[in-house]
Amino acid sequence: MPLLVFVVIVFGVPMLVLLGGTFTKEGTFSTANLTESLQGAYLTALFGSVKLSALVAVLGGVLGTFLAQAVVTSRFRALREAVLTASGVLANFGGVPLAFAWIATLGNSGVVTTTLGLGQHGWSLYNFWGLTLVYLYFSIPLQVLTVVPALDGLRPQWREAAQNNGASTWQFWRYVGIPVLTPALLGGVVLLFGGAFSAYATAQAMVGSTVPLVTLKIADALTGNVLIGHENVALALSLDMIVVAGLVMAVYLPLQRRSARWLR
Amino acid sequence: MNSARVEFRGLRRRFGSTVALDGLDLTVEPGELIALLGPSGCGKTTALRCLAGFEQPDEGEVLVDGADITRVPANRRDAGMVFQSYSLFPNLNARDNVSFGMRVRKAPAAKRHARAQELLELVGLPSVGDRYPHQLSGGQQQRVALARALALEPRVLLLDEPLSALDAKVRVTLREEIRRLQLSLGITTIFVTHDQEEALSMADRVAVLRDGRLEQVADPATLYDRPATAFVAEFVGAMNHLPGLVSGDGVTVLGQTLPVEGPSPDAAQADVLVRPEAVLVTPDAEGDGIVMVSSFRGSTARLRIRLGDGTEVLADVPGHDSARFAPGTAVRIGLVERPVLVSARSETGAAAAVPEPDVV
Repeated sequence: MPLLVFVVIVFGVPMLVLLGGTFTKEGTFSTANLTESLQGAYLTALFGSVKLSALVAVLGGVLGTFLAQAVVTSRFRALREAVLTASGVLANFGGVPLAFAWIATLGNSGVVTTTLGLGQHGWSLYNFWGLTLVYLYFSIPLQVLTVVPALDGLRPQWREAAQNNGASTWQFWRYVGIPVLTPALLGGVVLLFGGAFSAYATAQAMVGSTVPLVTLKIADALTGNVLIGHENVALALSLDMIVVAGLVMAVYLPLQRRSARWLR
Repeated sequence: MNSARVEFRGLRRRFGSTVALDGLDLTVEPGELIALLGPSGCGKTTALRCLAGFEQPDEGEVLVDGADITRVPANRRDAGMVFQSYSLFPNLNARDNVSFGMRVRKAPAAKRHARAQELLELVGLPSVGDRYPHQLSGGQQQRVALARALALEPRVLLLDEPLSALDAKVRVTLREEIRRLQLSLGITTIFVTHDQEEALSMADRVAVLRDGRLEQVADPATLYDRPATAFVAEFVGAMNHLPGLVSGDGVTVLGQTLPVEGPSPDAAQADVLVRPEAVLVTPDAEGDGIVMVSSFRGSTARLRIRLGDGTEVLADVPGHDSARFAPGTAVRIGLVERPVLVSARSETGAAAAVPEPDVV
């Protein structure tokens, strides 16, 4: 019951406000805000966010999993502890401090940029790929934290039994390892997608409106940065984001349920 | 199914400062079921893993039918293995687990499913093909693991304590099942266990290991009746250490003179090793012993008896007689007239005569 009350207050009330605002234009019921949120620059920003988040989720998922596997199979206990501790810190490193750290390092006047003369070779941090790189900085550690317990749970005798049945390392991963890890891998990727999709402060501090992202558009609409009176379009964009997240979950949950039953 | 001859030659393996195998020499004849028996850390599992290819010995060779396979990768060895527990792939149902080896060899699905079904029937589980490991009991899982190990028709079957995680009743049923299958298939089988009852009841021969070395290898009856060393005598079955006095070919123990089995120690004072079933107990109000503990075991009851001089003796009596030997009963004890193993008197003297408390 307390949980229900909590959910109603924390999720229910904002959701009602959001829905109310989305479908209200000049005091009457309307779908105009929603229509506007799916047109022109807003649609471009929505696609931009999905593209960036998907890329970060996939790259972060793959690289984070490889790093986690390297840590799990390492014979050096200290390395494992160091990587896990660092991941715990870096996974929570975001916002303006993260943007500042990257700007000071690899921005146009960053230490590394000027020392290596990267600017002369066309290097710029303030674009889609630069933002991807910065997002990976906290996404890879997050994937490490998500996947390490699952990798630890892979029993050595599964690998040995596979070898005993003539399987190569690749065949073990293909038929056993990856399917068993699927819930954790998918969970991690969804988490990374969500983190990148909802990130705002880092992007705002780094690229402003150079890279079209839905969170930046929401901020612009709420603050009247470009046009005034678009607050309800911001709510419609938020609803768009909820729908995108819902679609991701609609793909993830059945896959997760299917894989998780093996491990009961 | 062809069966192979397996040889361990001078096998050594260290893990840091721990010596797991210290020059193990052992030959397993084709079609034989041999049990590797010993306490934890004696090297029995390491030996098995060297044969399976999961461990590389530091020295020595593993030969199968004369061919040196020491450096052959694990996935190219002709040996099926059943692990201790939880080794079935959780994402595959029983049928796919059994046919896993055929799948990686790219056998057609119909063929491998037919073969898997055949094997599931062989292990007495014809109707569990569609079930996942988490839907099977521990005993069923191990049967499926056995079917999987046999799927590729290996010439050697390796069993690494496959029954240790099962409850007592299933354990007994399954060990009989494994033995029946092994005999019908005629496959060379190496069975690792720390359970002496399991080893004695299943194996053609039992190899007792201690500190990475072979202590004795013999058929179960010989091992039990004629242990080559005090360690084997102690490890296989319960054993009393009774103080005795050696003179010539005999030893005097508890007032009786018995012939000595094997070599006699140099000193006159010796420990005489006597099985609990070789101790005869009779209720006698004038007797020298008092029953301290009586542990009913069904067909037998094990008694812990304290003698007047403080020596404690274990004795087995028929289960239906256990009521006559309640704790506190005065008894007279004697020994069965047969040769006994004698070892040098341990330094702890009388204390050594007291068997381990947990054997009663």
